[in-house]
Amino acid sequence: MIRRVLATAVKELLQLRRDWRTALALLGMPVVLLMIYGYALSFDVTDIRLGVVDQCRSQASRRMVEAFLKSGYFVQKTILDDSRSLDDLFTAETIQAALVIPADFTARTSARQPTSVLFVLDGSDSQTANTVLGYARQIVASQTGAVYGIQIQVPYEAAPLVWYNPDLKSSIFLVPGLLAFILMVSSVIATALAVVREKERGTMESLRATPVRAIELLLGKAVPYLLVASVSAAGSLFLAWALFEVPIRGSLLWLAVVTLLFLAGGLGWGIFISTIAETQQLAFQLSLLSSMLPTLLLSGFIFPISSMPTALQILTHIVPARYYISALRSIVLKGVGPEMWWQQMVALGIYASVVLLLATVRMVRRL
Amino acid sequence: MRTLWNMLVKELIQLKRDPRVLAVLFVAPVVQLTLLAYAATTDIRQVELAVCDLDCSSASRRLVEDFTASTYFRRVATVPTQNDLDPWLESGRARVAVTIPAGFSAERAAGRTGRVQMVADGSDPMVGTLGLAYAQGVLQTLAEVDGFHTPLELRPKVLYNPDLMSRYYMVPGVLALIILIMTMMLSSMAVVRETEIGTMEQLLVTPLTPSAVIAGKLVPYALVGVVEFLTTLTVVLFWFEVPLRGSFWILALLTAPFIVCCLGLGLLVSTLSRTQQQAMMISTFVFMMPQIYLSGFVFPIQNMPALFQWISCAIPLRYYITILRGVFLKGAGLEVLWFEGLVLVGLAILILTFARLRYRVRLG
Repeated sequence: MIRRVLATAVKELLQLRRDWRTALALLGMPVVLLMIYGYALSFDVTDIRLGVVDQCRSQASRRMVEAFLKSGYFVQKTILDDSRSLDDLFTAETIQAALVIPADFTARTSARQPTSVLFVLDGSDSQTANTVLGYARQIVASQTGAVYGIQIQVPYEAAPLVWYNPDLKSSIFLVPGLLAFILMVSSVIATALAVVREKERGTMESLRATPVRAIELLLGKAVPYLLVASVSAAGSLFLAWALFEVPIRGSLLWLAVVTLLFLAGGLGWGIFISTIAETQQLAFQLSLLSSMLPTLLLSGFIFPISSMPTALQILTHIVPARYYISALRSIVLKGVGPEMWWQQMVALGIYASVVLLLATVRMVRRL
Repeated sequence: MRTLWNMLVKELIQLKRDPRVLAVLFVAPVVQLTLLAYAATTDIRQVELAVCDLDCSSASRRLVEDFTASTYFRRVATVPTQNDLDPWLESGRARVAVTIPAGFSAERAAGRTGRVQMVADGSDPMVGTLGLAYAQGVLQTLAEVDGFHTPLELRPKVLYNPDLMSRYYMVPGVLALIILIMTMMLSSMAVVRETEIGTMEQLLVTPLTPSAVIAGKLVPYALVGVVEFLTTLTVVLFWFEVPLRGSFWILALLTAPFIVCCLGLGLLVSTLSRTQQQAMMISTFVFMMPQIYLSGFVFPIQNMPALFQWISCAIPLRYYITILRGVFLKGAGLEVLWFEGLVLVGLAILILTFARLRYRVRLG
């Protein structure tokens, strides 16, 4: 049995070597992609384009504008005399937010009367808008004492503390998710064509004539890709640590175990697709649709699962990346032991076995 | 013209003969849109909260009540000591932890500031930041109930999306993503499949000019793209009830060059690769992923380093998403979107010319 698995694996490796573009893509792509997107992507909102309508033109109002600009979050785009022309600037996306200080601002503050400033913002991107609004609130609250020349005592105050990622850098959050996304897509795509290609090219008959059994063929197809995928996963993890300062606080051994389980699941899913699809085109469609979008959107990589509707939350349980990302964040960022994430590991193991079993059953029918 | 027609018919027959491909083409977008549009939400609610009340007074209990009553939080645990909070945060079962220190009510009774301690799980900065901000909101509401008003108020006025619904922003983006993936997937296999199956030779001996072959391949796929646009748009408008503030015709007009861009990119991939496997890799990794990530669909372009902002200028999806969001949310017309429209037309011409050149190279 081992000899036949080995023979199939060697055949597959030879084929992979001959098609150097594919081999290179499988080996290098995850690393390159991680590098590119790790640098490019971020949720940190800075350089917000601000329009200023200062109808008061006093020292106090200028100080308020200064506070916005000095915060480091805003850059001033235009100063306007009245707020009517704001609409055009917003539609053309010249500005994202506008600060409007009313004409009686100084009069009211020096008389110690309550007043307000207007903050107009583009709400189309609700997430950015929420963040921008938070910044603006903070700045105004911090200026209140200075503007009124009094000490403000608030009844309640929170002393905030952030664990695991004190600077709230989004790269530390995104890089593990990206890693899972890239590994999932590349492992499914790697094997999705493995069987259907033999069929479409007509070499399935030759395979059928050999004494190789379904399970041996499956292993022979999966093992070479598992090797390739593990190498590129290790490279990507190293990169995450070296370039993006993602701290690897937990155990490397557990990290390897979880990653291998995840890769086995991805490769198994690819082979399963390959056994049900009649043409390479269909295999391509199925693998892309079942790996790329669910991993992007249903895994908690970007969009938090707890905010989804209940039906969808249940559905996320069949997305393996969900468990991998959760385990990865626990191991890498929190440095906690398996007692905290063993459920994720078990789930990954179940997923991998179910998928590989399905693939074997289909493979038997194919042969 | 006749030869072109024959080519068209051949492609359509081929599409028809593979019913599964066709099923995937029409069922998948609607299923995906429904799933993804529900999933792609950045409205963060129900942040998991763990509470440790060391004060055990009526004031501290009222504070805990306020946290629990708010829709922003869901209390998952109440623990007796601060150390018991750790496992909740470590396992990710709680994202935010609140500790009310002993003496909280005494400070308040003495007229001083009552301080609470908040810990946020920073491994998900989005949830962490918003969790802290929501907590500030709860404290502020409580302060107002106690009769405290800040003299200087910030009055926010939110344009286009006053309730800050992320759905209105994300769903049009998902629509664009689906058109991109479905049409590129079709056309990227178009030429390379003929090569791999060995029918390319037969095509070469026909009197078809290269342009006719390309046109014959693209027109049926373009039709598929249009049908997909219309079905997904129907779902966006009537199921998700995303308001379309601009004109449907302007949207349709500007969608045409985007579909041509996607088909052209797929065709380019098809001429660049030797096997279908290569075509699949190239279109996924070189063309689709960069478009998804660098188009501003999820990650704002202005946050990217300058180099990537430049790269994103070459990405058709970027312009199309701007168009979609402009028409949907802002009711923008051609007077605002003419630039994006022109760029898409330009890109479409450029991509098709390039694919056409590559195709001739392969013939020689």
